[in-house]
Amino acid sequence: MPKTIAEINERIRKGQAVVVTAEEVIDIAEKEGVEKAAQEIDVVTTGTFGPMCSSGAFLNLGHSKPRIKLGGGSVYLNDVPVYTGFAAADICIGATALPNNDPRNRIYPGEFNYGGGHVIEELVAGKDIRLIATAYGTDCYPRKKIETLINLKDINEAVLFNPRNAYQNYNVAANLSDRPIYTYMGVLKPNLGSANYCSAGQLSPLLNDPYYKTIGIGTRIFLGGGVGYVAWQGTQHNPGVLRGDNEVPRRPAGTLAVIGDLKQMKLEWLRGMSFLGYGCTIAVGIGVPIPILSEEILAYCSVRDADIFAPVVDYSEAYPQREPDILGEVSYAELKIGRIMVRGREVPTASLSSYPKAVEIAKTLKEWIKRGDFLLTEPVAPLPGAESGVTFKSLEERLI
Amino acid sequence: MAISKRVVLHFPRHLVGQTITYRLVKDFDLEFNILKASVTPKEEGLLVLELSGEQEDYEKGVRYLAEVGVRVQPLSQNVIRDEVRCTHCGACITICPTGAFEVEPSTRWVNFLHAKCIACGLCIKACPPRAMEVRF
Repeated sequence: MPKTIAEINERIRKGQAVVVTAEEVIDIAEKEGVEKAAQEIDVVTTGTFGPMCSSGAFLNLGHSKPRIKLGGGSVYLNDVPVYTGFAAADICIGATALPNNDPRNRIYPGEFNYGGGHVIEELVAGKDIRLIATAYGTDCYPRKKIETLINLKDINEAVLFNPRNAYQNYNVAANLSDRPIYTYMGVLKPNLGSANYCSAGQLSPLLNDPYYKTIGIGTRIFLGGGVGYVAWQGTQHNPGVLRGDNEVPRRPAGTLAVIGDLKQMKLEWLRGMSFLGYGCTIAVGIGVPIPILSEEILAYCSVRDADIFAPVVDYSEAYPQREPDILGEVSYAELKIGRIMVRGREVPTASLSSYPKAVEIAKTLKEWIKRGDFLLTEPVAPLPGAESGVTFKSLEERLI
Repeated sequence: MAISKRVVLHFPRHLVGQTITYRLVKDFDLEFNILKASVTPKEEGLLVLELSGEQEDYEKGVRYLAEVGVRVQPLSQNVIRDEVRCTHCGACITICPTGAFEVEPSTRWVNFLHAKCIACGLCIKACPPRAMEVRF
C-alpha cells in the first residue's frame, strides 16, 4: 500500500487521481473500511474559513517621482496606519490596525467598522485605496509627502502572510458573568446564555493530520482563493497538548504560518470582520490537501465531529485572568446541533467560522487537483510534533 | 379572518403628541404589541408594531393611519441581509431574541426568516462581516 507523493502527483498529471473531501471520506471509510479506502483514495482535501487576527499583507508600492523613503516614515491606507519599518517602498498592513480617529472602546462596546482587514479586502476587490504618507527626506529620497491612490494591479508585490492560522482545535467561549461580554469569540450572553466556537471540525486541516505527518513547511495550499504555501509552524504552535484516543488534540494545539500572492486571491475568501467591543480582523479561507500515503493517514482523515472535543472556557473571568479552569468538554457534533450542556444547563451555540465556506474550499481544492492544476508538494521540513518540546509560553512579568 | 402583521409606522413631527395608536384599539378593535419605539432628533416618531385583529378591521385601521398622515410600511421591507457579505458563520443565531436565524442542518447555511424578525437591530453590530442592515 504505502504511496509516495511523487506517485500521487503522477496520477494527478494523468487525471487519474481519486480526490475526496474530508467530509466525503468519512462515509467512504465507514462503508469500505480503512484498508480499501486507503488504497482507492489518493488525496483528501480539507478547508476552513474563520477570522484570524494574526494576518497581514506586505506591499511593495513602487517608487514615486521624486522618490520618497516610506521606511521609517508614516503611512496610512484609507486612514488606517501601516507598519513602515522596512525599505523605502515596502509596507505591511495588519488586519487589526485601526484609523487613529476610531473611538475604539471609548464608546463601549466599540463598533470597529473599518480596519486593516477591510483595507486588505478592498485591495483584493480591486478598489482604489487612498495612500497618505510623510517621510523625513534624504539625499536619495528627497520627497517628504505624498497623497495618491493605489490599486492592487499597479503595485509590485502584494503578499498575504498569516503568522498564525488554521488553529488545530480551539476553545468554546461562554460567559458566566451577569452582563453581556464582547470578545474575539463574538458577543457572549450573560449567565451561560450562549457559547461560541470557531473551527470547521471534521473539515479542518490540522484536525485531519493530527501529528503533522503530511502537512509541513513548503506544503502547497489553497489560500484566499489562490495558491499559497505553509511557511513555518504558526505562532503559538502547541503540539504537546492533551489528545484523545484518536490522537486528535482536545485543546488549542498546532497552528500554521501561511503565505501567498494577494494578487491571486478572491473577495469571497478574504473578508474584513468587525467584532463588537473587540476590534477589526479578517477571515481567510485556507484549504490543505492531505496525500493518503498510508492507512494510518486515511484513518486520521476519517475523523468525524462526534470524535473531536473542545474545551468550554469562561471568557468573563477564567480567560482574561489566565486561569486554566475549563467548564467541561463538548464534541463538535454537539456544538453543531446548536445546544450543549454546561454545568447542567442547556446552552445555545453559534459558530464564528463558516462551515459552508469550508465545504466550498475543500470542494474547490478537490476540483483543482482533479483537473491537474494543483500538484502536491513534499514538505521541506516537518512541523514540530508532539515530542518536540515546543510549547505555548505565557508572558511572565519581571521587574525592570 | 383574524390576521397579524408586523408594520413600521413613521409619525411626522406634528403627530408625535397625538394619541393615534390608542385609536387603533378603541375604534378598530386591533391589538398591538410594540416591538420598537424611538423618536429621532428631529422629533419624528418611529414605532414597530405587531398588529392583530380581523382583516376588515386591520384594513380600516391602516387606512385611518394613512389618512392622518402616518406612513405605514411592512416590517419585512426594512431588514436586509447582504447575501454577498454574509459568510454563513452563525454568529447571529444566539444573538437574535426571536430565532429569526436558523441553520439548515444538511448544508449549514444560515437562513434568515423575515417573518420572525422584530427589527430589534441586535444582529447588526454583532454580525462580524456586517451583513445585516435595518433601513427605516
